[in-house]
Amino acid sequence: MKRSILSVARVIRSKNSGPFELTLDILFKRRRDFELFRRRRIITPRRIAALYGVAEADVLGIVYFEPCDAIKITLRRWVPSGSPGDSDIYGAQQHAPLLGITF
Amino acid sequence: MLSPTAILGYGFPARSFLRGMRRRPHLIGVDAGSTDPGPYYLGAGTSFTNRAAVKRDLRFMLVHGVRNGIPVVIGSAGGAGARPHVRWCREIIEEIAEEERLAFRLGIVYADVPRAVVAAALKRRAVTPLPFVPPLTAKTLAASVRIVAQMGIEPVCAALDAGCRVVLCGRCYDPAVFAAPAIRAGFDRGLALHMGKILECAAIAATPGSGADCVLGVLRRDSFVLESLNPRRRFTRASTAAHTLYEKSDPYHLPGPGGMLNLEGCTFTELPRGRVEVRGSRFEPSPAYRVKLEGVRKIGYRTISIAGVRDPVMIGAIDEVLAGVRAQVDEILSADKIAGRVDFHVYGRDGVMGAREPLRRAPAHELGIVIDAVAPTAADSEAICSLTRSTLLHHGYPGRIATAGNLAFPFSPSDAKMGAAFEFSVYHLMPVRDQRIFRREVREVGRRRGGRP
Repeated sequence: MKRSILSVARVIRSKNSGPFELTLDILFKRRRDFELFRRRRIITPRRIAALYGVAEADVLGIVYFEPCDAIKITLRRWVPSGSPGDSDIYGAQQHAPLLGITF
Repeated sequence: MLSPTAILGYGFPARSFLRGMRRRPHLIGVDAGSTDPGPYYLGAGTSFTNRAAVKRDLRFMLVHGVRNGIPVVIGSAGGAGARPHVRWCREIIEEIAEEERLAFRLGIVYADVPRAVVAAALKRRAVTPLPFVPPLTAKTLAASVRIVAQMGIEPVCAALDAGCRVVLCGRCYDPAVFAAPAIRAGFDRGLALHMGKILECAAIAATPGSGADCVLGVLRRDSFVLESLNPRRRFTRASTAAHTLYEKSDPYHLPGPGGMLNLEGCTFTELPRGRVEVRGSRFEPSPAYRVKLEGVRKIGYRTISIAGVRDPVMIGAIDEVLAGVRAQVDEILSADKIAGRVDFHVYGRDGVMGAREPLRRAPAHELGIVIDAVAPTAADSEAICSLTRSTLLHHGYPGRIATAGNLAFPFSPSDAKMGAAFEFSVYHLMPVRDQRIFRREVREVGRRRGGRP
């Protein structure tokens, strides 16, 4: 049976990393789930691109950060912060599609 | 080192601050800036923080710092850190000095970069864009109204060398506020910068986190220790390490002025009484000393109107309704030769994520629509907003059952002038050979000219 990411994550958030990038953090409750996500490559640029409806080339990178069992994903902002058409100046409410990840 | 608050003007409990003062810190530092609030504040030359709140925070820092001989360093004055922001903050400092009868040498370091300097670097092909930023062109540069560079530790150290007890910086690499005096005193650059990076956010890195509470950083020869100055909070390994992720694209490699902070070998160890000790942070100087430029260009003026929709028929047809209104408005604008654009922010459908919203086909039972009109002149943005609002209010659509009006306005007047609109136009790296690009000014505050203090 598939499990929800909500059962293993303690933080899922989004934020600007400068006005041109959006960065997504997933912090795990337990080291073993973090390791499982890394080993099984559950988060890939392809999956992120599909979740957000963007090109794979717009996914700048996925970094596994061991000191706090976290995965960091950085995307191109679809509209730079504050440019016409932007809807989230701080980029703090763009994480919802990640909440639906199952594994 | 005492860090009272995450952003100057966010406040802090007096008790936490006084607890920090009892520890006899060697520095009171605060970061005041961010690009997070968007391009407007740099363009308009105004602060995103409140003047009374900034004055309250600064009064604590100056009174206790100056009277106890502890240097006070302020980074990224007024938020965006350009000349008008620095002047705004300097006036607050001078007011406090007069009210509290404080006398001190004030060092001011400006971060404004003349366009000609950037143009010369551009000609040498020395200006490089950050990821996803378009290359800088002469045209974009000419249209940019204000450009600042994030200064590193060097100009801050120079101001301290000149005997300044209070240093007010324009746009500044956030960690430099704390790292500069430490590196000047001979401490390791990597540890000093990493500690500065955590201290500049004050208690955000503690748990429970807060942007409005004080923390203390103790720098040692080969490590640094963080502690909360409020007994309700503590630092943990997880809270400290998680903070390293915040707002950065790669938590192991943090580039800044003149080099990179490398955290690959970094360890976080919990100590008794809610403290965390950090070791192994390294600074790697880059071959060329480069700084980050930030600049904005004016794109015109914005007028908005906010309205609600509760009609289920209209909500079901919202895409067609908005497309129909847009077509009608565009036709009038092009006939009348009015330049500008309208965006609809449709809350309850995709107001937060726009086209990226996976659930945009399942709108809520009521929608909030923000009409967002941007045009080269204020008059045109008002005209476009007004035309779009009135067209949408009475637009007929198939199946319409409520014919008295499509919108519920919460306010009269319905339209709000938002003033000038800007966008980020410069977000690039530029090499700096001479630190004097950051102009320095020294002022004797609270002393009569030629008189004794």
